[in-house]
Amino acid sequence: MEEESMSRDDDVHQCACGKKLTRRQFLTSAGAGALAVAASGHLGKRDEASAAVIKSGEGYQIRLLINGKLYHLLVEPRWSLLHVLREELGFTGTKEGCSRGECGTCTVLIDNIPMYSCMTLAVEAEGREITTLEGLMKGEELGPVQQAFVEHDALQCGYCTPGQIMAVEGLLRKEPHPSMEQIRQGVSGNLCRCGAYTRIFEAAKRAADLKRGGAV
Amino acid sequence: MNESEKSIYYLRGIPVPETPAPGKDPAPWKKTEVVGTRLPRVDAYERVSGTALYPSDIHLPRMLHAAVLRCPHPHAVVRSVDTAVAEGMPGVRAVISGATPDADFEWPYSKEIKAKIFDHTCRFEGEEVAAVAAETAYQAWDAVQAIRVEYEILPFIADELKSLDPSSPLLHAGGNTAKTDRYSRGDVERGFAEADVVLTETYRTECEIHTPTELHGCVAKWDGTRLTIWESTQGVFAVQARIAEILGLPLSKVRVIGHYMGGGFGSKLQPGKYTVIAAVLAKKTGRPVRLFLTREETFLAVGNRPPATMRLKAGVKKDGTLTALEFSCTATGGAYPAGGTSLVDWLVRDLYLCPNVKTEMKDVYINAGPARPFRAPGHPQGAWALEQMMDALAEKIGMDPLDLRVKNIPTHSQGREGNPPYTGTGLKECLIEGAKAFGWEESRKRNHGSKESGHIRRGVGMASCLWFAGGGNPPSTAVVKVFSDGSVNLNMGASDIGTGTKTIMTMIVSEELGVKPGMVQVEHADTGTTQYATPSGGSKTVPTEGPAVRAAALSVKQQLLSFAAADLKTDDTSLTLRGDEVVSTKDPLVKVKIRDITGLKKRGVIVGVGYRGPNPEGRVVNPFAAQFCEVEVNTKTGEVRIIRFLGCHDSGRVMNRLTYDNHVFGGIVMGIGLAMTEARILDRNQTGKMVNRNWHDYKIPTSLDVPAEMTSLPIEKPDDTANTIGAKGLGEPVTIPTAAAIANAVCNALGVRVTGTPITPLRLCLALEKGGMEGSQ
Repeated sequence: MEEESMSRDDDVHQCACGKKLTRRQFLTSAGAGALAVAASGHLGKRDEASAAVIKSGEGYQIRLLINGKLYHLLVEPRWSLLHVLREELGFTGTKEGCSRGECGTCTVLIDNIPMYSCMTLAVEAEGREITTLEGLMKGEELGPVQQAFVEHDALQCGYCTPGQIMAVEGLLRKEPHPSMEQIRQGVSGNLCRCGAYTRIFEAAKRAADLKRGGAV
Repeated sequence: MNESEKSIYYLRGIPVPETPAPGKDPAPWKKTEVVGTRLPRVDAYERVSGTALYPSDIHLPRMLHAAVLRCPHPHAVVRSVDTAVAEGMPGVRAVISGATPDADFEWPYSKEIKAKIFDHTCRFEGEEVAAVAAETAYQAWDAVQAIRVEYEILPFIADELKSLDPSSPLLHAGGNTAKTDRYSRGDVERGFAEADVVLTETYRTECEIHTPTELHGCVAKWDGTRLTIWESTQGVFAVQARIAEILGLPLSKVRVIGHYMGGGFGSKLQPGKYTVIAAVLAKKTGRPVRLFLTREETFLAVGNRPPATMRLKAGVKKDGTLTALEFSCTATGGAYPAGGTSLVDWLVRDLYLCPNVKTEMKDVYINAGPARPFRAPGHPQGAWALEQMMDALAEKIGMDPLDLRVKNIPTHSQGREGNPPYTGTGLKECLIEGAKAFGWEESRKRNHGSKESGHIRRGVGMASCLWFAGGGNPPSTAVVKVFSDGSVNLNMGASDIGTGTKTIMTMIVSEELGVKPGMVQVEHADTGTTQYATPSGGSKTVPTEGPAVRAAALSVKQQLLSFAAADLKTDDTSLTLRGDEVVSTKDPLVKVKIRDITGLKKRGVIVGVGYRGPNPEGRVVNPFAAQFCEVEVNTKTGEVRIIRFLGCHDSGRVMNRLTYDNHVFGGIVMGIGLAMTEARILDRNQTGKMVNRNWHDYKIPTSLDVPAEMTSLPIEKPDDTANTIGAKGLGEPVTIPTAAAIANAVCNALGVRVTGTPITPLRLCLALEKGGMEGSQ
């Protein structure tokens, strides 16, 4: 595992609520990156924050393990994991379709289980293993589920596709030999308005073969 | 293009330039090596790896996020907007409303009816009242919630069938009638007098919402006086024209980019008010602004397929000759002129031989979101009525519904002025070959016996269609460049909305130049760098762009052969391209590698320009189809399970069988939604608000709703008189007959006809009870 970010644990202060809270230390550390851009507008102002209320723009430090790398982040407690992945870290392979747990477009794996990242707070995901679409790649090489989606044309506009791929990946991690019924159930939380379902089923079958070492 | 076709929905409100004459048409392809194969999408890697940047993925330095405050009432006047609190909130950089001078722009719905971007009068729930730009989307929404608006709430009308009642509130000064269309040929009264059987029925299809997976929206960025917009759109040039007009900017100052887009289905043929709002906020803050709607907003404010209440009276002779069709329809495009009845009567007018036809359609205003074109506007609605009526007529005269349709196939477009012939119709083949592959006759016999088989009943149904457009038209310009190493760049303006346009165009280049598809780079959908294209809609992108791409490829091919002829000291007419070489057809030893051609090396790049020629004069290019399905109905619960579907389509030449079949399946899935689950529900009596504005309550088909067996059987008849690639459109016909086929199958299973969508268990149980069958107990 690789430590991607900066602030050492001894820099982290305990706030009154007992949680690790940091502001300036965080910003003065190197490589704050995208999250600093988003949060810095207000950090300088020093809002009259009480211990009981965390205001908009106030940070809260967490560490997220994403695709095998550890990210130290300053987040608002209300931020969804989807927001942090897409907007703060640039994992735009994770798409936003509804932000209310209806379409599955934002599906990622959390501890190998497909979850809606729009319905998961970033702070809830701390200490868990998060895998996004980008995490299925080996460098620039497609993973087996991605490869199967290409071969079987299991997409049209492609916007729900990352979520579909993550749902199939999660299914195959749990059940390497899925039946057609299991496949249908496995992607039933992922809407495809273009209606590419038939091809997604075929791709899931093919991906299972590829994962078992079938001919590429 | 004739006058009536210039006004087709996907070209409405935008300038459509002419392209220069294309020169001599190339001969049709006799045999193809790349076109027609199963080629995975050329941009599949980008789409499955996440490297594809959709407009909603665009993240620019210092970019702000915007959110829109929308009117919560179906009809209200904005008295005042207090933005003081919102402006002081964390992260907020700009707040605009109807009171902001810099935001005072007009939004044209039609020539006569225009609104402001933030209009004083809100005529539907979800009209724009104010907007915020802030550092994060969360902060923008915080601020939206802090804006105080004083509304004068007005009476509303949410039921289009009561819109013209004298007691209904008026939406516009001219009254609540948006448009009345009448059409007549022959004499329907005489036709009904000649008929052996005359049936009359009222049908209704509910309002559908497009809900493409990528939300509607854009990113706007100013560089001084130049505006760049990344928009999720079906047509970058349509967005450019409309935004330049509204903001009063020269076209050269507005660049619109739309390389990827996550679905539109007609709802993204034009920009939205959101595009203007993003541009205004970006100007005001001096920073790029991203504005994407929430899912809820897309249910209210960016279009729908209008609900249609249709009455159809039909006469038929015992031998199956149709004698008369009389059709009337009331529909609504919502609160503004938006094509509420657009093309709903077209199938009645054009699909079957019938000398006497009369139609009347009334488009009325109600306090609901304006319609936008939705995949095959009007057609699935019209098919729902006509195709159920065909089955009912067939039953009355004791004829197989398939035979009744086969008997009435026209060769001419009767609905058009002058009765012009189609360039070709594969409708008969679709019906006959489709029925054969489906096992129509055996299935009907087998299911007939199932009526004694308890509460699970099986039935089969079918329906056919044509699509009003789908032939393509000029203008289209494409540019093909061959680089010094023989690799190729294709430049065209059209968007690939998920239909595989880029892949098909690459295949055309590959076919003509022999270059491998992987060696072709496509540059498209950017008003700053690519050629003008009309929006990708109307199932016309392939037949519109394809011939231009072929012409451009042939132009560079000719230049290559001329250069090679100089090197080989021979005549270019004896040369041809084979792989990466130019070879003499007379002596295979006389050849040169493309990369070694002196002329190409000197130039570095050869450029070929291709134009789309006109369609054949006086003829109509339309795709045709028939779809078949089998259902299983539980008479105790009213549940319908769709077991299998077969789509048999004549869309001319099959360009890419892999994406073709995918498209057929996808259209069927969308049609299943219309038939079974989708309906906008307005609280007509109390609040006028939409009550199911999310995907939990508005159900679209999921993986569990798709038939286990899906078959696509193309009737491949390259239409070489239509255009130089022989292809017709596919994207819309695939969803036209689906819902009607399901209704016919349900009727076949139960003997009870459901005339309104969606076929919910409750509705089916009520119909069963009325029909004296089991129903809910």
